[in-house]
Amino acid sequence: MIVERRETRPLVLVVLSPVIAVAVALALAGVLIALAGAPVLDAFRAIAVGAFGSRLAATETLLRACPLILTGLAVAVAFRARLWNIGAEGQLYLGALAVVTLGFSNPLGLPGPLLAVLLLVAGALAGALLLLGPLALRLRFGVDEVVTTLLLNFVVVLLVSMMVEGPLKDPLAFGWPRSVPVLGDAQLPKIVERSRLHLGLVIALGAAILVNLVQSRFVFGLEAKAAGLSPRAAAFAGVPIGATLVKVALLSGGLAGLAGAVEVMGNRGYVSTDLSPGFGYFGIVVAMLANLQPLGAVVAALFAAAMFVGSDAMGRQLGVPSFIADVTVALCLLTMLLALFFSSYRLRRG
Amino acid sequence: MQTTIDILGSVGLWAAVLRIATPLIFGVLGALLCERAGVLNLGIEGIMTFGAMAGWLAVYSGAGLWTGLLVAALSGAAFGLLHAGLTVPLGLSQHVAGLGITLFASSLAYYLFRLAVPISGTPPTVEPFQPLDFGPLSDIPFLGPTLFAQTAPTYLAILLAVLLAWMLARTPLGLAIRLTGENPHAAEAQGLDPIRIRIGAVVAGSAVMALGGAFLTLAAFNSFFPTMVQGRGWVAIALVVFASWRPGRALVGALLFALFDAFQLRLQPLAGGVVPYQVFLMTPYLLSILALVLVARRARVPQALMQPYRRGER
Repeated sequence: MIVERRETRPLVLVVLSPVIAVAVALALAGVLIALAGAPVLDAFRAIAVGAFGSRLAATETLLRACPLILTGLAVAVAFRARLWNIGAEGQLYLGALAVVTLGFSNPLGLPGPLLAVLLLVAGALAGALLLLGPLALRLRFGVDEVVTTLLLNFVVVLLVSMMVEGPLKDPLAFGWPRSVPVLGDAQLPKIVERSRLHLGLVIALGAAILVNLVQSRFVFGLEAKAAGLSPRAAAFAGVPIGATLVKVALLSGGLAGLAGAVEVMGNRGYVSTDLSPGFGYFGIVVAMLANLQPLGAVVAALFAAAMFVGSDAMGRQLGVPSFIADVTVALCLLTMLLALFFSSYRLRRG
Repeated sequence: MQTTIDILGSVGLWAAVLRIATPLIFGVLGALLCERAGVLNLGIEGIMTFGAMAGWLAVYSGAGLWTGLLVAALSGAAFGLLHAGLTVPLGLSQHVAGLGITLFASSLAYYLFRLAVPISGTPPTVEPFQPLDFGPLSDIPFLGPTLFAQTAPTYLAILLAVLLAWMLARTPLGLAIRLTGENPHAAEAQGLDPIRIRIGAVVAGSAVMALGGAFLTLAAFNSFFPTMVQGRGWVAIALVVFASWRPGRALVGALLFALFDAFQLRLQPLAGGVVPYQVFLMTPYLLSILALVLVARRARVPQALMQPYRRGER
């Protein structure tokens, strides 16, 4: 059996890759559900109903998709330039921390909306700066950013833990380690009545459209892609690799930081060490399922969010551990890799 | 200053070093074996988590402790085979596949654990490995409690380091692995099969990583809980670079790292109130980053690391 590159990449296969990947992952998840002794088809139906079956369910799914869209974008932007930012989780937490630190009081007496905008910017900036560190180490010392960004995730969560048990501790939280809340004025308004869905969804969708525009219509988008495809060729063609990677890092870290800001200002109101159930890591899956396309990330994030929200409901009904969602979404990453592979290669007897 | 000397002179510290180092030794050796053959295995964090769960669950279900270790190693080998299958014959991105393995293995571990052990107030426990008794050796002051009162897997880890160093440096198999990691085309010209060698190295390396996870649940602690690996896999990946891909230095690196960790653990209560404990918990991760920076320029990277090899393709 030999692996052979296809002369052309059939468009059908490229477009269908995520669909095939998800289908295979769901089939494998079915085996695990059966292992738990639950009826598989009923379980899938319960997941779908739990994610979209009612107005409340649908808004909860959209709510969960907000941070996933943003972390998915963060990863997609970075991976496209072969900047291996695995630190979206840490950048998200630092963004959230920045928002709370600056937004629990309003000493300057700024109007609410203005404060909210400033806080969003501050959150994005915090995430962006956090990614500049590992990038500087890579450019200056040749240190692989995969490991440094991963290690920083743990450092930042500990920093959050330190702040919420120390200077930012909420005295009214009955001893729960969580921060003081962001001022009500500066929180994001709800966009659907009688639901928790907030303006963050609009921000996330706007970010996806903006990133798509920048990548397809601006020189920077092309430079970033070139730097990823072949740094040497790009440098030869006059692309400033270092400067391009810095911009990519600012954008990627900024998007992840924004995810944290939005999650605090729209959903939780405060920061704690359980703010993110792995949004940063599952952003990698979202980005890959989307084939690194910004608008695809929206769809992929919706799918992942539906799995998480739906599985919670299904787990309560049928007694299947809700970790089934994590397993399925993680499996999607592997099946998507395979699906993409077979869109450009084929196996031949030989 | 005096407290530093007191801590460094305490028997407890040095006894803890080997214990803390053990999962790292397993992890760093496993990662090193994969990388010497040319494959980066970022599945390590998930493989260690799954190994911790699988080994614990086997013992909890009535198997012996050594059987538990074996089960962990086999589960690690299975994930290694998955990673190798994706990255070696198919040549897929080692970064992305590895992260996928980590996400998949750790979430599968949590899922299977929840299936086997329903939620309860106190996590169920097993009877873990006990410190070995070397008779008179264990009674030697200072050396006895530090070197001769560890659990069996710790000695297994050190033995593995020696074996791996010998295998890589002195045997035809080791030469074949190193050649594959440096230049798979040259390896093929020598009549070797780079694909098989890489798959073998990744499977074996992953089995060793999983032992590091199992040590946590079967010797260091006696129960399994999510996120218990806590980045030890990533630290191990950093230590491989720090060790310049040499097993002997990897052993030293893991011990040095564990020494710092044991030291900060003992410093924590003394600095209580002044310095938050989280600052101490951050140090291992920051130390790993510092170690990477220190050696990055001088590290001897296997030349074909992360370069896929497809027959007949350049």
